[in-house]
Amino acid sequence: MKVFSMAMLDIQNVSKTYEDNLIVNNISLTINAGEFFTLLGPSGCGKTTLLRMIAGFVTPDSGKILLDGKDITHLAPEKRPLHTIFQSYALFPHMTVYDNIAFPLKMAKWEKVKLNEQVLELLEDVRLTKYMSRYPHELSGGQRQRVAIARSLVDRPKLLLLDEPLSALDARLREHMHVELVKLQEETETTFIYVTHDQGEALALSNRIAVLNHGKIEQLDKPQMVYTRPDTHFVADFLGKCNLLRAEILGIDYEGKYLKLRVADSLEFDLFDLDVDTPNMYFVGQIGWYFIRPEKISAKKTDIDDEDLFSARVFVKGYYYYGGETLYEFLLENGTKIQAMLSNTKTEQSKFYTEESLVYVAFDPQAGNFLIK
Amino acid sequence: MQQQSLEKKILSSVPTIYLLGLFLLPIIIMIIMSFRIPDEYAGALPLINVSNKSIHINTSLDSFKFILNSPFIWTLCLRSLKYSIITTVLCLILGYPLALLIVRSSKKIRDLLLLLVIVPFWSCFLIRIYAWMIILSPQSVISYYINHILKIFGFMPVNLLYSSFAVILCLVYINLPFMILPVYANLEKHDNAMIEASRDLGANAIQSFLQITIPLSMPGILAGSALVFIPSIGMFVVSELVGNNCALMIGNLIKQQFLQTMNWPLGSAIAITMTLVVLSVSGFVALLAKKYGGLKYANA
Repeated sequence: MKVFSMAMLDIQNVSKTYEDNLIVNNISLTINAGEFFTLLGPSGCGKTTLLRMIAGFVTPDSGKILLDGKDITHLAPEKRPLHTIFQSYALFPHMTVYDNIAFPLKMAKWEKVKLNEQVLELLEDVRLTKYMSRYPHELSGGQRQRVAIARSLVDRPKLLLLDEPLSALDARLREHMHVELVKLQEETETTFIYVTHDQGEALALSNRIAVLNHGKIEQLDKPQMVYTRPDTHFVADFLGKCNLLRAEILGIDYEGKYLKLRVADSLEFDLFDLDVDTPNMYFVGQIGWYFIRPEKISAKKTDIDDEDLFSARVFVKGYYYYGGETLYEFLLENGTKIQAMLSNTKTEQSKFYTEESLVYVAFDPQAGNFLIK
Repeated sequence: MQQQSLEKKILSSVPTIYLLGLFLLPIIIMIIMSFRIPDEYAGALPLINVSNKSIHINTSLDSFKFILNSPFIWTLCLRSLKYSIITTVLCLILGYPLALLIVRSSKKIRDLLLLLVIVPFWSCFLIRIYAWMIILSPQSVISYYINHILKIFGFMPVNLLYSSFAVILCLVYINLPFMILPVYANLEKHDNAMIEASRDLGANAIQSFLQITIPLSMPGILAGSALVFIPSIGMFVVSELVGNNCALMIGNLIKQQFLQTMNWPLGSAIAITMTLVVLSVSGFVALLAKKYGGLKYANA
């Protein structure tokens, strides 16, 4: 695991209002040098506005943006040592691939021989040497994407901003570009700030993810943490399929650092390793949600006898076959819905349990957590 | 399938008939007319003369020979070209920034500005030229003050009306919307991300304008220039009303041949000569544009 310690971009209490809508609400965050950082959120959450502030196309109403300790809040876009890859690529249609890639170097008044060398090297890097005298409209979507990347990296910026760069590509090409992007980011040692609404993309690519909602950061953590230990109901739901069951605190053990929960009015178990000491964080009788991902739940036809697992009898309501796995919808005895993602590893059948039969589900309560907002 | 193609034929026949009847036919009549012999008083001699059992066809190249040997016609022709080129350039210089302003304005202001561009069309073209005659006349307030200022600096008073200045001013005035609208239509389609990308990659506002906005708007500039240049070369009302005898254009001469001198063959010959001149100028510009690369991406 790489460790990023050098702070590169420092965003301090930045806000932006458009026509009385608070788009970015007092956001502060620090991005480290060499990091692949993702801003994840639904449309309208403020992620693109935040990116455009870093690029210099939007001026924040308040707050500061520091790059390597220098205040760039009001600096013109062309004076910032960073580049943006636009969702539409924004290649210049009247210039060839070569001229597009050479554009930043021409603007920086590079010497001709050096410029040519650098452009050819970048063309080689993105495997477009053959296409250098073509015009953008003569290229495929993936090739255009690669021209946009080459153009943004040709003068070796320290920071690259990517605004949903893969959303125009088809699924297969997108997966291919994931690998390419990560490779490129590591090779060039450039800091990437990536904006997306696709949680799978964010989880696969990032070193850290900031999940945004209504202009605020809901959670900022490593992909594994954001996925398995969400802080809020929104994050849990946005990052993938999940069970969010109504839960009530029955008791708090300050010494053993655990909570006694009653989930879905019927299941009672303990959650360990919680920060129960924070004042007013939890109290007895508090209502919240017990969160657990469907793939953490297993099912058997007979009751499971395992001390660490919590099991319950359920009714099979239905299932969705996804190929590699099947998503089952079970009902607890009191009618609460619970989803389980079961891997289809067995060869003979894709369908384990018939509808309307009774089976047992089991899960480790520690695989989930208790959410209060 | 058969029926569908029949329907298509019927549908496409309407514009075909329109083009043949209202465009091709008059041109053919003009071409034939230019080779005919003028009658003594008006019009032309009959094309085919049947007398004494012999058929005589009355044609000659006299009209074209006359044009080639007439310095007067060539002076008017060159003057028309000059005025039209100046008009086109001025319309571009005035119209382009205006179109850019309209595109970059907020929706409300944009609609208002577009309306203001179109409003002059609501009144008759002739009336608007008469308005300029009043504005430019020696008795007008503007003329008075201009001549007053000239007098202070020791210059002779000038007559604004009946000058090449007045003709070009009115040509620009009449043609400006035909430059603004195509340029606007083009600029409106530009992806703003393109401008942002150029700024992002190190171009300042001026570099971005010169290297991205201008080349991308070449189709609009060419369309607008054609819409201004071609009609202004043949315009005769403007030069007749505000130019009088000082700034006659080729259109005045053609009109004179048809309506006053009644020499239809010569009028037709001049019109055809002028058409060929305009076509070659436009063709040359289009070729230049293609070579420059301005239109390569037009269908992208």
